[in-house]
Amino acid sequence: MEAGKVTPAPALVRFSGIQKTYDGEQLVVKNLDLDIRKGEFITLLGPSGSGKTTTLMMLAGFEVPTRGEIYLAERPIKNVPPHKRDIGMVFQNYALFPHLTIAENIAFPLSVRNTNKAEAQERVKAALRMIKMETLAQRRPGQLSGGQQQRVALARALVFNPQLVLMDEPLGALDKRLREQMQLEIKQLHETMGITVVYVTHDQSEALTMSDRIAVFNDGIVQQIDRPDALYEHPVNSFVANFVGENNVLAGTVETVEKDYCRVALATGSSVMARAVNVSGAGAGTSLSVRPERVSILMGGNSADGPNRLPATVQNTIYLGDHALALLDVAGNGEFMVKLQPGAHDSLRSGESVFITFRPEDCLALDPV
Amino acid sequence: MTAALLTNAATRTELPLKRRLKRAERARQFKALALVVPLLLFLLFTFAGPIAGMLWRAVDDREVRQVLPQTVAALASWDGKDLPDEKAYAALASDILAARASATIAIAAKRLNYATNGFRTILTSTARNLKAEPEPGTARETLVKINPAWRERTTWTTIKDASGPVTGFYLLAALDLTRNVDGAIVAAPPDQAIYRDIFVRTFLISLGVTALCLILGFPVAYLLASLPPGRSNLLMIFVLLPFWTSLLVRTCAWIVLLQSQGVVNDSLHWLGIIDQPLRLIYNRFGVCVAMTHVLLPFMILPLYSSMKAISPAYMRAAASLGAPPVTAFLRIYLPQTLPGIGAGSLLVFILALGYYITPALVGGAADQMMSYFIALYTTETANWGLASALGAVLLLATILLALVYGKLVQGQQVTGGMKN
Repeated sequence: MEAGKVTPAPALVRFSGIQKTYDGEQLVVKNLDLDIRKGEFITLLGPSGSGKTTTLMMLAGFEVPTRGEIYLAERPIKNVPPHKRDIGMVFQNYALFPHLTIAENIAFPLSVRNTNKAEAQERVKAALRMIKMETLAQRRPGQLSGGQQQRVALARALVFNPQLVLMDEPLGALDKRLREQMQLEIKQLHETMGITVVYVTHDQSEALTMSDRIAVFNDGIVQQIDRPDALYEHPVNSFVANFVGENNVLAGTVETVEKDYCRVALATGSSVMARAVNVSGAGAGTSLSVRPERVSILMGGNSADGPNRLPATVQNTIYLGDHALALLDVAGNGEFMVKLQPGAHDSLRSGESVFITFRPEDCLALDPV
Repeated sequence: MTAALLTNAATRTELPLKRRLKRAERARQFKALALVVPLLLFLLFTFAGPIAGMLWRAVDDREVRQVLPQTVAALASWDGKDLPDEKAYAALASDILAARASATIAIAAKRLNYATNGFRTILTSTARNLKAEPEPGTARETLVKINPAWRERTTWTTIKDASGPVTGFYLLAALDLTRNVDGAIVAAPPDQAIYRDIFVRTFLISLGVTALCLILGFPVAYLLASLPPGRSNLLMIFVLLPFWTSLLVRTCAWIVLLQSQGVVNDSLHWLGIIDQPLRLIYNRFGVCVAMTHVLLPFMILPLYSSMKAISPAYMRAAASLGAPPVTAFLRIYLPQTLPGIGAGSLLVFILALGYYITPALVGGAADQMMSYFIALYTTETANWGLASALGAVLLLATILLALVYGKLVQGQQVTGGMKN
């Protein structure tokens, strides 16, 4: 997607012109071209119904593309059944076999491959050690907690050293604290084992925490593929800006475009300078995107004092421990968020008139919502 | 200090807490009991009571005791080695006269005839020819003169064996066993030893029908469990359809289909596949076909419910881990359906054990199952003792099987379902 970027490793997986429809009327995946590099942790991020899970299922072999071809290590795999793809998968609800013990569950992929007994035992032991569950080897899945089941599912998908590991919202059923802990564990496993992971989630913070690259899906189309920081700092359109991280949106009209920057008139009459990322030209509508932590609140002065200075009315403040949020009314947006240092919110009264300001490079002019 | 106070308080409140818990639980148990009491009473009077009464008849033996009380008393001290003494003959003569007067002699005659064929004649001829109470000391002479059988030791052991009040006679007979003249348990004479064969036949037919139901029902249940709800509901109606028709109608339909001039034979003949009609009914084949048809839903429904609980994610997981479809089925799917297979098989097998109407209508003489004989002894020959004994043996075998099944299932420890 971004020209001039060096590709560190050859593509392990290549989706080429993939389309998928279930009912013959609506395309769930509209036109997918995606390269997954060897050893990377790539996340397919998007709201439900965006086509990310369908993409994963096509890669696993449980769904067949309506059109296009998928290559795994240069080999077309559209007609290869799932059990011959050598892809490990972690399911949303773990799908641990309830009638087998933990050790038997982990040994399953080895035994269907006729790995010799001694070696299989050794590898199961190593896998149990990796997830720190040696003592629970003889338990059944029903006797484990959600986090433990998750670890077993992970060990089972890794024990046969697959070329690729797929994870379908594996942490969805866990509570927040455990989820965050598991995110780090999975990330660590990825780094120490050097495996290639394709991870599906609708949780953007999970995606930012774990991924080398994130593919943002919406409406059956990949909106943007990039590193987490690039995705956050340089979203290519309003959907990505809004979906990844907190974001403030201001609707306006482009007045002039000068090189990388443009002047945008807001509905209230004020005008701001913004980076022209995705605007069609002077006179077109646009959505300005500003991150809450890039905005400062000024208690005095007036709008003529500097560029990008807008009048605002304080609606509410929220104390969140490590930081505080001020909710303002800015140019018709009643939920404009500004991130503050904790304690700074004390001086703001609701109904008070203040000014906000932000640097032109922190304000992106994107496609109108 | 505070900690000590706290532990003190804990130990002091422990007992009342336990008692309170018990009281709370007792109230709940009482409520639960109150909910089932009506059904419990109903079952007690209409099911458990009659069955217990019926089972009691398998060992109950009071006919001879009632009709020949003095003889039974006189024989109580007899060791059975020689002929009984004069006192027993006198008691018998007096009993027979009394029984003739009250017209109860036939009751004892019927019971004694079960034990020894021809005993009825001995007793009735004696009763007919005994004019009056013999002179003291001549009872033996008089009776032996009327019927020389009274000189045989077996005649007297038959009476002693039947003197009750409880007997193992019927239960032994149900297992093709009997007591010889010395009271030892021996095999029954070949012309009476039919029940073991019938038990074996009953079990074989039931087993065959269970196997057929499983083979035919498993794919149907799988289809039902994997189809989308709309179509699976439609299919389910077809599975349940047999339940809405009477058993008799369904069985008779098989007669129409399978008889020598029936639909199947006529079609085969018309197609030129056969010249002579095949014998499809009034034999083991007909019994198995008709019973399988009737019992199939009892196999399909438990299978369906166990399959419905198996998430499709398991098969996907197995495939993603490298298992080819057959391996995944055998190692992941099939083991999880075992509780359903067990429940369905047990249900079909137990129902099949008690089948009566279907084999009676579509079976030949050599295909009648145990229920047929129980019915025969209950309604035709009124030999309730033997009917009860056969029923008791069948019940015992069924209970044993159910226990074995219970143990097997427990050993499996299938937790079932995913923990979400």
